[in-house]
Amino acid sequence: MASPQSYYVPEQSKWPIVATVGLFLTLTGLGNVLIAGQQASDTSNGWLMFTAGFGIMLYMFFGWFGTVAKESMAGLYSAQMDRSFRWGMSWFIFSEVMFFAAFFGALFYTRYLGVPWLAGEGDGAPNVLLWPEFKAAWPLMSNPNPETFPGPNATIDPWHIPLINTFLLLASSVTVTIAHHAVKKDHRTQVVIWLAATIILGAIFLGFQVHEYQVAYNELNLTLKSGIYGTTFFLLTGFHGMHVTLGAIILTVVLIRYSRGHFSSKQHFGFEAASWYWHFVDVVWLGLFFAVYVL
Amino acid sequence: MSAVIESDHHDHHHGPAKGLMRWVLTTNHKDIGSMYLWFSFIMFLIGGTMALIIRAELFEPGMQIVKPEFFNQMTTMHGLIMVFGAVMPAFVGLANWLIPMMVGAPDMALPRMNNWSFWILPFAFGLLLSTLFMDGGGPNFGWTFYAPLSTTYAPPSVTFFIFAVHMMGVSSIMGAINVIATILNLRAPGMTYMKMPLFVWTWLITAFLLIAVMPVLAGVVTMMLMDIHFGTSFFNAEGGGDPVLFQHVFWFFGHPEVYIMILPAFGIASAIIPTFSRKPLFGYPSMVYATASIAILSFIVWAHHMFTVGLPLAGELFFMYATMLIAVPTGVKIFNWVATMFRGSLTFETPMLFSIAFVILFTIGGFSGLMLAIAPVDFQYHDTYFVVAHFHYVLVPGAIFSIFAAAYFWLPKWTGHMYNETLGKVHFWMSFIGLNLTFFPMHFVGLAGMPRRIPDYALQFADFNQISSVGAFIFGTTQLLFLFIVIQCIRGGKKASAQVWEGADGLEWTLPSPAPYHSFAQPPVIK
Amino acid sequence: MKPSKLLRLPAVLACLGVASAHAAWQTNLTPGVTEVGESVYQLHMIIFWICVAIGVVVFGVMFWSIINHRKSKGAKPAQFHESTTVEILWTIIPFVILIAMAVPATGTLIKMYDASDAAVDIKVTGYQWKWKYDYLNEEVGFFSNLSTSQDQIYNRDEKGENYLLEVDEPLVIPVGKKVRFLVTANDVIHSWWVPDLAVKRDAIPGFVNEAWTQAEKVGVYRGQCAELCGKDHGFMPIVVKVVSEPEYKEWVLAKQEVARQEYELKNKEWTLDELMTRGEKTYGTYCAGCHQPDGAGLPPAFPALKGSQIAKGPIESHADIVLHGKAGTAMQAFASQLNEVDIAAVVTYERNAWGNSMGDMLTPQQVAAMKNK
Ligand code: HEA
Ligand code: HEA
Ligand code: HEC
Ligand code: CUA
Ligand SMILES: [Cu+2]
Repeated sequence: MASPQSYYVPEQSKWPIVATVGLFLTLTGLGNVLIAGQQASDTSNGWLMFTAGFGIMLYMFFGWFGTVAKESMAGLYSAQMDRSFRWGMSWFIFSEVMFFAAFFGALFYTRYLGVPWLAGEGDGAPNVLLWPEFKAAWPLMSNPNPETFPGPNATIDPWHIPLINTFLLLASSVTVTIAHHAVKKDHRTQVVIWLAATIILGAIFLGFQVHEYQVAYNELNLTLKSGIYGTTFFLLTGFHGMHVTLGAIILTVVLIRYSRGHFSSKQHFGFEAASWYWHFVDVVWLGLFFAVYVL
Repeated sequence: MSAVIESDHHDHHHGPAKGLMRWVLTTNHKDIGSMYLWFSFIMFLIGGTMALIIRAELFEPGMQIVKPEFFNQMTTMHGLIMVFGAVMPAFVGLANWLIPMMVGAPDMALPRMNNWSFWILPFAFGLLLSTLFMDGGGPNFGWTFYAPLSTTYAPPSVTFFIFAVHMMGVSSIMGAINVIATILNLRAPGMTYMKMPLFVWTWLITAFLLIAVMPVLAGVVTMMLMDIHFGTSFFNAEGGGDPVLFQHVFWFFGHPEVYIMILPAFGIASAIIPTFSRKPLFGYPSMVYATASIAILSFIVWAHHMFTVGLPLAGELFFMYATMLIAVPTGVKIFNWVATMFRGSLTFETPMLFSIAFVILFTIGGFSGLMLAIAPVDFQYHDTYFVVAHFHYVLVPGAIFSIFAAAYFWLPKWTGHMYNETLGKVHFWMSFIGLNLTFFPMHFVGLAGMPRRIPDYALQFADFNQISSVGAFIFGTTQLLFLFIVIQCIRGGKKASAQVWEGADGLEWTLPSPAPYHSFAQPPVIK
Repeated sequence: MKPSKLLRLPAVLACLGVASAHAAWQTNLTPGVTEVGESVYQLHMIIFWICVAIGVVVFGVMFWSIINHRKSKGAKPAQFHESTTVEILWTIIPFVILIAMAVPATGTLIKMYDASDAAVDIKVTGYQWKWKYDYLNEEVGFFSNLSTSQDQIYNRDEKGENYLLEVDEPLVIPVGKKVRFLVTANDVIHSWWVPDLAVKRDAIPGFVNEAWTQAEKVGVYRGQCAELCGKDHGFMPIVVKVVSEPEYKEWVLAKQEVARQEYELKNKEWTLDELMTRGEKTYGTYCAGCHQPDGAGLPPAFPALKGSQIAKGPIESHADIVLHGKAGTAMQAFASQLNEVDIAAVVTYERNAWGNSMGDMLTPQQVAAMKNK
């Protein structure tokens, strides 16, 4: 254990309360928008709050991370401090894993238990009373009540875009690792190149995904409203997509900070945290590729 | 040890800053701990007031005071506020105050984030409470918010309820990350894992539970949000979903959640009982292993809340057996405490009284829990007041009593003054009597067939409900005495020594009372 | 002493000083009138006594220490703080006790799950806030509503003996026959619970759960909805009449006859007054819970019908919302719950009551035409 004399305890900080206000406004604003939308009334107040809150959050991110970056470069952070950040980041990623676990759980549950029961299979035998027409299948093309939930016409073929996307993300995991090695060796141009490559791969991935969603909505009638298949499909891939977006933004920030000389070959936790996050997003995709598309 | 950095918007402080901004901007674990504790007490009074409204309506058969729809909002908000607003923040507050002192650290590992975790809470609960004044009223679907009552059939304010839960989740997860980082990384030299006080151990495990299940709660409310506003069908059979899926996901969070509310209490009892028995804790390692076993088992028992939803027989049996198993490690803990008292040299100051009552009454609550775990019999108990009796026995004399015990135990360390022992004892006895009057009769009405969450009931339940209501008002008003004792203790009183209690043992007792603003500037060396 | 007496003892002590106006306290689980209920009761008592025994030992040691090892008596603390043997012992003993509990529990549970070979199949559907019973093989079906008056609930009238536990039409089943319940719900989750029959099954919209009972004693048994289902969750009781086999047969026939008559009413010519009289009754049973007896509703959740745009607007759209409900709100589609006559009557009533004097009426024939569209 390093000597805790050097443990840096920051002075008072305004960022947490700014962050709280930002978060609060963003969420209440969004809530107002949603409720007003439901009641078909005016959503502009909600949007105003939401935008204000979001702006405050952005300001906070720049400010807070700026402070951290300054402190880090001022050499205030000991090795022990660094370990605190590492623990913090690892457990944060673990919490994200559990968030996805809830959605994977929902997918497996409905697919292997809920839908067959609805169709009167196994322990759900008496359900034929309610849904005599309904047949279990996955992907589920025809829902128990097709009037309220019209099913999709077709599903996404895993061996086209999703497969390409798998390769893209796998490749990006490799590139970010190369960049990491380059950081350790202080090969600065290499770092920039490989990091940029990672971000570009992520962006292409997102581009494909947007295209896939467009096809799903416009041609396949596969939407959020097309029953449990569309529900799980969009929620899982959608949250993953949001994480890719966030990861790409983080990597971009890291790239900018790197070119400004914020990281050294010894001290670059910000870089590592971003790459951990990226790997995590990648692993989730592998799970998705098999559970959502292939199986 | 404090900062040497330039800072453009505020001056440097080595002690606490002055004024309101001290509390808003603070990064100090003691300030933040105090804020958590005060916040939790306010929430306890608000949630308690709601309980008193419930009890007043249930004083007699017939509708007297509130309308059924408002009654449901009271039940829901009472549960939510007590669980998320009173008990959890109180434990986080204690963790903030005590863990750095107990492991010999200067502060929490991530002090700024610590402040953020706290300040989210008042905003989240402000939002939650404000729903009571919205069109259609606040959440009225129980603290377990089963779909589709909480989705298709919910009042519009459910959207804000969902976001409030998201905010609480963010707060708890960050709080838990901080606790883990502090314990894993900031222990003083020589403080090996098996030398950590049990409060630190139980919190380490609790924090792990929090990080594992709060995101699942966030996930399930997100699914609700999608079903409500975006036409998905997670919980709608017409689209191939399943309302029971909601319950599985909720209870995967919910059951570990109840242990989140009791494990730190175990840690507190394990600090207090040895102190006033003047004898080391019996079976320290087995206490650690038992806590860990309870935590692990808590992930595979969730469906004992769902015995009547029509699970397949095999599932029913599995969850019944797994649930029963939890009695084993919990029993080990009870036996160890009793063995600690056995052949000790006991005195009965207020913290000890609360701890002894904790052990006895928690065990009674545990017994009724075990009865609930027997699936075929749970068909009769489920959703009756027998369940209400069970969980109030584990929560009120369990979680709440342990928090009182901790407050009395460490108040001298926090304030530098002794509290008024006589008043403390009065507080204890009044609470003890009030609580048993309130919750014991609930066993009877439950067994006799009174369902929970009803604003009005059949005539044969009248007598016991009357007793419950009287007890609730005794217990409730007694808590104002606690408020008085704490304020009195903060403002003055007999000076406390560093060790405070004759049998006290641990790093926090080596610091002067009141403890200095920054805990261990120089890391202490252990053994 | 009998267990139930013992259980009652502390309660009696606790009650001293509190006036007791009502008779017959029940403080324990009912064994009920079925074999399964009896074994559930036995299980309950076994576990209860095991817990009491463990409690006596644990608290005994504890109080012995509290009394004899207090400092004020000069007790000197011992310093022992570990013993692996004891730890192992008090891990294994509870484990063995648990196994002893699990064995009979498993047996009872398996019995409860065997719903095969039932003589009568009844589909039970939970609605906000009433039950519907369909006898699948007898072609009998009806709703069962709370029959306690609002006056009793709001303390304007003396409360009757079965306050809140009485319904307009009880479920009727034959004694000594295995009856299977197929439990489901129309809107939110409910739970069908009759303690004396030892049945509690959640009613889940879109899914069907099975349960069964075999009552061994003729009588009337009462229960309640056991899952929070909204505003009137506390007001949807269950009453089951267990009758002898011949009586049951007779009842079925009578029910079928009533259904035939209802059917004929559909084709009869109705006058405004007749419809109003019938409509008032239907309204009181089905609609007043939300829209209130005086038509004032409980805004904003439940709109007023008195002066409502819809009740005073075109009759087709008024009938339409009653027939098909409004998706996403508590307003259900009543087409499947009420017959043509009742729909016609209630709509007519709403248009002419509480000063909504529209003067027009809807006939059952018109409703039938709308339904078939
Ligand atoms: C602090 C909170 C807390 C704790 C610690 C517990 C502890 C336990 N609970 Fe409880 N429970 C709740 C809070 C808690 N519970 C809440 C809030 C609900 C209701 C939620 C809702 O629906 O709103 C609930 C509901 C609940 C149910 C669902 C009931 C129903 O709805 O039908 C069940 C069923 O199995 C259950 C079981 C248990 C068991 C087996 C334990 C065990 O951990 C208890 C173990 C302890 C002992 C057994 C005593 C000590 C042991 C010995 C002395 C050893 C020897 C003993 C034997 C061998 C018997 N609980
Ligand atoms: C830790 C959790 C906790 C705690 C401490 C309590 C404390 C109490 N609870 Fe609660 N309870 C729950 C958790 C808790 N409860 C949960 C989870 C539910 C289930 C909810 C659901 O079904 O969804 C529940 C449900 C519940 C019910 C069942 C409601 C129903 O089914 O309809 C009842 C009924 O009596 C009840 C009563 C009480 C009482 C009398 C107290 C007393 O201990 C309260 C003590 C009173 C006070 C502390 C009041 C002090 C205030 C004053 C004296 C006034 C001063 C005021 C100001 C200064 C503003 N609770
Ligand atoms: C469970 C509660 C509930 C019950 C029972 C109920 N309603 Fe409604 N009713 C509602 C709600 C909620 C609305 C508002 C729907 C909306 O938002 O437009 C409504 C709307 C209406 C309207 C339209 C009123 C207007 O001005 O918008 C009519 C007419 C109506 N109900 C008739 C009936 C009749 C007739 C019955 C009984 C046969 C009945 N309702 C039973 C809840 C209920
Ligand atoms: Cu139906 Cu509660
Ligand atoms: Cu549980």
